[in-house]
Amino acid sequence: MKWAAPAAVLVLLLLPLVLSSYAVTIFILIFFYGFLGQAWNIVGGYAGQLSVGHAAFVGIGGYTAAMLSIETGLTPWIGMFLGGALAAVLGAVIGYLGFRFGLRGFYFVLLTVAFAEICRIAVSNIDAVGGALGLYITFTGNARQFQFQDNRVYYYVALALMLLATGVVALLERRRFGIYLTAIREDEGACEALGVNTFKYKMLAMVVSSFLTGMGGTFYAFYLFSLQPNTMFGIPLSVEIILRPIVGGAGTLFGPILGSIILTPLGELSRLYFGQSGLHGLHLVAYGALLIAVVLFLPQGAYPYLRRLFKGSRA
Amino acid sequence: MTPPLLEVTALSKRFGGLQAVRDLSLRVAEGEIVALIGPNGAGKTTAFGLISGFLAPDAGEIRFRGRAISGLAPHRVCALGMARTFQIMRPFPRLTVLRNVMIGALGRHAEPRAAAARARAVLEELGLGAKAEHLAGSLTLAERKRLEIAKALATEPALLLLDEVMSGLNDTETARLVAEVRAINARGVAILLIEHVMRAVMSLAQRVVVLNYGERIAEGRPEEVAGDRRVIEAYLGDESVDAAPA
Repeated sequence: MKWAAPAAVLVLLLLPLVLSSYAVTIFILIFFYGFLGQAWNIVGGYAGQLSVGHAAFVGIGGYTAAMLSIETGLTPWIGMFLGGALAAVLGAVIGYLGFRFGLRGFYFVLLTVAFAEICRIAVSNIDAVGGALGLYITFTGNARQFQFQDNRVYYYVALALMLLATGVVALLERRRFGIYLTAIREDEGACEALGVNTFKYKMLAMVVSSFLTGMGGTFYAFYLFSLQPNTMFGIPLSVEIILRPIVGGAGTLFGPILGSIILTPLGELSRLYFGQSGLHGLHLVAYGALLIAVVLFLPQGAYPYLRRLFKGSRA
Repeated sequence: MTPPLLEVTALSKRFGGLQAVRDLSLRVAEGEIVALIGPNGAGKTTAFGLISGFLAPDAGEIRFRGRAISGLAPHRVCALGMARTFQIMRPFPRLTVLRNVMIGALGRHAEPRAAAARARAVLEELGLGAKAEHLAGSLTLAERKRLEIAKALATEPALLLLDEVMSGLNDTETARLVAEVRAINARGVAILLIEHVMRAVMSLAQRVVVLNYGERIAEGRPEEVAGDRRVIEAYLGDESVDAAPA
């Protein structure tokens, strides 16, 4: 077991050498959504604060890096961190409003959705950032501008992002911060009684989560070469972000990755298959059916189930 | 003279039309065991909520270790050395027993390894050592009562507030928990307890405060209070005092 993680990373590093271009694209999406799911996992999975507005952070991060690159020529490698910082500021504002005023459950969900929608509508109406048409990034193939001729570079960047977020979560899990989060998810009042400053730790979780998610926005923008308010800030993206950790196992280290391995190829292949057959939209039905199955049969997610299965077979 | 560990003065709390606690004063000295008793709805749990920072008082003052704590958040009160349990127990059901207790210990031992060692010691003390790796949700009622105390004890309090930890236990379990509470007290932890189980109150408490309709109606040594006419009235209604054999 000790060598499982390094071995898996090694395989993933060598994989592009043998994969087709289309398969590389699928892996890029697996890593990217795995990364976003892992970032969400900190506040949504471990701390149990259900944000359904994480697209707002992707949007803020992506638009920040793209605007800086277009207007000032600043390399997105730096813009990525500035975008993450701005996203973290928005995360702190949302967190403060939600946690200071004790919004729980559905009310917190509504708050996060509302903020993402406000961002989407605001950006759609501000011509200086492209308005409803969005922004387009001219392809130069310049690595300094986060643009690569070879798709496989995006593969490695996305993989690095996913490993970074997973490393952050692995570190948190072992420290007081992460241990507190798992208890906050179970019972905030009981945590307070035991001396845990729940407000502080929920805020920290929100800030770390929104910072990482904001970094993801840069990748998204410079991978697609275009930014539209509806794709960068929209509810569909927020839903994509939370589906993977929920399917894989929210609040577990490998849940978001496993969820992305299950859902991303399913989404892409069914979109391709049903799209070619002229049955547009049917891939969403397949997606929905899988979700219902997970909620019914694996309410804790796939990863805890597999872990039990594995432990059972060894015992 | 050193001030008492806990000093509550003229505390009041109203919920809409209900005066839950009225003009309540009480004190707990270092190392003392004080019981707060009274009929259902007398305001005992509300008083606990006020003292531990979960509820804000309408009037009155709470001083703990010489400093005013009314208005402090519960986690601040806990950090100052006061820990409480809940009448309706609040374990973290999907965490292990050890993790549950660690949440309390991490406040004074930020390093998880040190907190785990501290938590194990507390679990051994309360006879839960063998259950450390079980999920808290799988414990029996008596075990969950002890877990509730273990979590609070792991915060290393000077004052422990126990809210009906004996209720629902059988005689053997009650006797065992009484002995454990006494052992905790023997190590210098003062205890304020709400209890309906009179046998436990009589054998543990050095002083008893009786509440009725949010007001203190009697205070004294357990045997004094048990014979007090107002206390019997409060529990049984006033006609029964005349009917009772003298």
